[in-house]
Amino acid sequence: MSRRLKLNIFRYNPQDPHSVPRTDTFDLEETESMTLFIALTQLREEKDSSLQFDFCCRAGICGACAMMINGRPGLACHTLTKDLPDEITLMPLPIFKLIGDLSVDTGTWFRAMYEKVESWVHTDKEFDPKADEERMDNAVAEEIYELERCIECGCCIAACGTANMREDFVGAVTMSRLARFMMDPRDERTEKEYFEVIGTDEGIFGCMGLLGCEDVCPKHLPLQDQLGILRRKMGWSAVKQLFRRS
Amino acid sequence: METLFTDVLCIGAGLAGERVAIEAASAGFDAICLSIVPARRSHSSAAQGGMQAALGHCAMGADDGPDVHFQDTVKGSDWGADQEVVRLFVDRAPEAVREMAFWGIPWNRVVPGSSIYFKGGKEYEKVEATEKEGFITARDFGGTAKWRTCYTSDGTGHTLLYTMDNKVVELGVTVHDRVEAIALIHDGETCTGAVARCLKTGKLRAYLAKATLIATGGYGKIYRETTNAVINDGGGAIIALDTEVVPLGNPEAIQFHPTGIVPTNILVTEGCRGDGGTLLDVNENRFMPEYEPEKEELASRDVVSRWMTHHIRQGLGVKSPYGDHLWLDIRHLGEHHIKTKLREVEEICNNFLGVDPITQLIPVRPAQHYTMAGVRTNKDGAAYGLKGLFSAGEAACWDMHGLNRLGGNSLAETVVAGRIVGEKIVEFLQGYEVQYNTGVIRNTVTKQEERIKSLISGKNGNERVYEIRNLMQDELMERVGIFRNGTDLQQAVDNLQEIYARAQKVGLRSNGIGVNPELTLALKIQGMVKLALCTAYGALQRTESRGCHAREDYEARNDRDWWNRTLATWKEGDDLPTLNYEPATETVELPPAERGYGVCKIISCDGEVIGEE
Repeated sequence: MSRRLKLNIFRYNPQDPHSVPRTDTFDLEETESMTLFIALTQLREEKDSSLQFDFCCRAGICGACAMMINGRPGLACHTLTKDLPDEITLMPLPIFKLIGDLSVDTGTWFRAMYEKVESWVHTDKEFDPKADEERMDNAVAEEIYELERCIECGCCIAACGTANMREDFVGAVTMSRLARFMMDPRDERTEKEYFEVIGTDEGIFGCMGLLGCEDVCPKHLPLQDQLGILRRKMGWSAVKQLFRRS
Repeated sequence: METLFTDVLCIGAGLAGERVAIEAASAGFDAICLSIVPARRSHSSAAQGGMQAALGHCAMGADDGPDVHFQDTVKGSDWGADQEVVRLFVDRAPEAVREMAFWGIPWNRVVPGSSIYFKGGKEYEKVEATEKEGFITARDFGGTAKWRTCYTSDGTGHTLLYTMDNKVVELGVTVHDRVEAIALIHDGETCTGAVARCLKTGKLRAYLAKATLIATGGYGKIYRETTNAVINDGGGAIIALDTEVVPLGNPEAIQFHPTGIVPTNILVTEGCRGDGGTLLDVNENRFMPEYEPEKEELASRDVVSRWMTHHIRQGLGVKSPYGDHLWLDIRHLGEHHIKTKLREVEEICNNFLGVDPITQLIPVRPAQHYTMAGVRTNKDGAAYGLKGLFSAGEAACWDMHGLNRLGGNSLAETVVAGRIVGEKIVEFLQGYEVQYNTGVIRNTVTKQEERIKSLISGKNGNERVYEIRNLMQDELMERVGIFRNGTDLQQAVDNLQEIYARAQKVGLRSNGIGVNPELTLALKIQGMVKLALCTAYGALQRTESRGCHAREDYEARNDRDWWNRTLATWKEGDDLPTLNYEPATETVELPPAERGYGVCKIISCDGEVIGEE
């Protein structure tokens, strides 16, 4: 038996002076293996062609389609409607700037993050096109890949208690990004340099340990572990710097 | 209207576009990348299996080198490739992989000692050399003589794109995301930038540039069943075709990947078969060894897709509400392998199918995957027809893939071509000055403003854009797919011409204000149908079978009459492209011969018939 789904969707087009923030409700017949990607696409093509939302790879790989699904951040493309009740409420992610309806501007937020943590390998070496690559232990490569799997969907930010209260908090994605470079033998930054980026209340010491990030990460990154490791390392780093000063 | 100036305008910020921007910025030039999504969501990120480069570090890649890679690529292309370009590419691929390692890719590395691997469901042993420990390793892929595909688990495109974008940020290159180029600015001889629509506000903007690059990827969305992302709808190819002077190369060259999952067409990597996965039919029998005794599941993609379709037509597919399919079996690879080397596959199967690939079979069938077709360029990446216009990556027909691309050669192309074309753009810019013609700019902008107004007011009609798109997709799917024939192709061309006429009468249902998604598609729909017509008409005219282009009424590869490349341009007012042809390659390092897999039926250059039954 197929269900009739009721979708409550946040609507607002900031470019339209007549538009006011509101919720529109749509009825939809559920089909087999229906995802929110299929449902929303169908609504746009059949019921309201002005409906704004973001999908890209629709395979859970690119991170474009994060939204609040019945109050919880998640990727719409891999959310099956059969796992949800008859009534589904969709809202845009908080914290990120609204573009319209369910679409938010993650690009600007993340570019600022890369610049803040200098999200690249820092090295004084020059690339030698003639030489073999530097060797790396495969286990280290796999460990780096584990954190490199982050798709920057923004769910961990939307689910973060601190980030929802203070705009300058960097969030789990930022700290996990820095942790990725800390474990990379090619990055020559010192602990002190990492500390300067992250050893603050906007960084690791602002984390209240609520771990909403870990719960909602669609790629199941080990965020809890990384935050713990980072807090310990940065804590020691703070202590060392205290002694150095005295 | 906002007008911005730059030295290099990269339309598209996937791997190819960003690699070009990096080369330009490193040489001290100003570069702006435009991307319709945040750069890291570009479709490069969805490439899973890996990137081919003949490093030869792993045991099964011993004695590999650019020469072997060259042979594999030319054979894979069914001799449709430009061999000078293939040579350029294979020689520089190893350096490109190492450079990406230097920039931060966590490539999987050689682990010394004995380990088992699977081929065709059977276990074998290999021993990795101690002296190679820690060098970049590789996996097996279709149509290759050696294990040559470098990888990071099955998220290779993702790590490449993130690392590339990190480099872009390090160099301070500007990326304008959510901006879509909708017309090139040109006077018929020189390209000087593009008019773009901001997808945050809906406003138009002019970008004026000395050099403009099209790196917008492929356009699989002209087909209904495609592995491609929602964004792969041909923006770059369309604005090139709209110039009337820039041709698309080989528009009939469309690749189907053997393993799209059913029903969503999401890709599961060729790495599944490369690592030893097998294809099974309704009786859970392996069928590929029967068709391809030598290469089995690892023949080239065109060949495997054809045999799968053939096998389904024999009634040996698995029935499902979504049509017949086959099975991909990776169970024997084991939990550890799947959880470390095929992680995305595991997630995709669980999330979208409710299938655990460690214990269950994966439903698959061929789906559109790649456009070898693209903006025709010379070996420097300079587009035919307009000075100052370049193209690289899947958007381009450079042309190293000919009529069929090998798995692992597209990621490699983006990075290698990105670098080479970037170097050539830097050379081009040395001492190059351009005059911006305000009349040309004004006309281009006005034309786009008028298009938008007409779509909103419904001046030209009120055809629904989604209906037109669906009709076009169905037409290509039904009649311009894996197997083709003259009757169906002619029908497709006729129907698409009707669809094209209707596409010119599209009007919006919604108000079109701001970032209206209906308007975004409506601005592209005529262009998409033009691309579809180029594909169908190019395929109709090519009366031979080569690579992905399999004609049931012309089964032989005809090197005497068709060892060439289609060039399609579009004159305004026409409802068909104009087709011209050029030799497939001026340089012949490897003369046409048998590929060593697939059906062998060849009419040789001097008219000899080989392999006719």
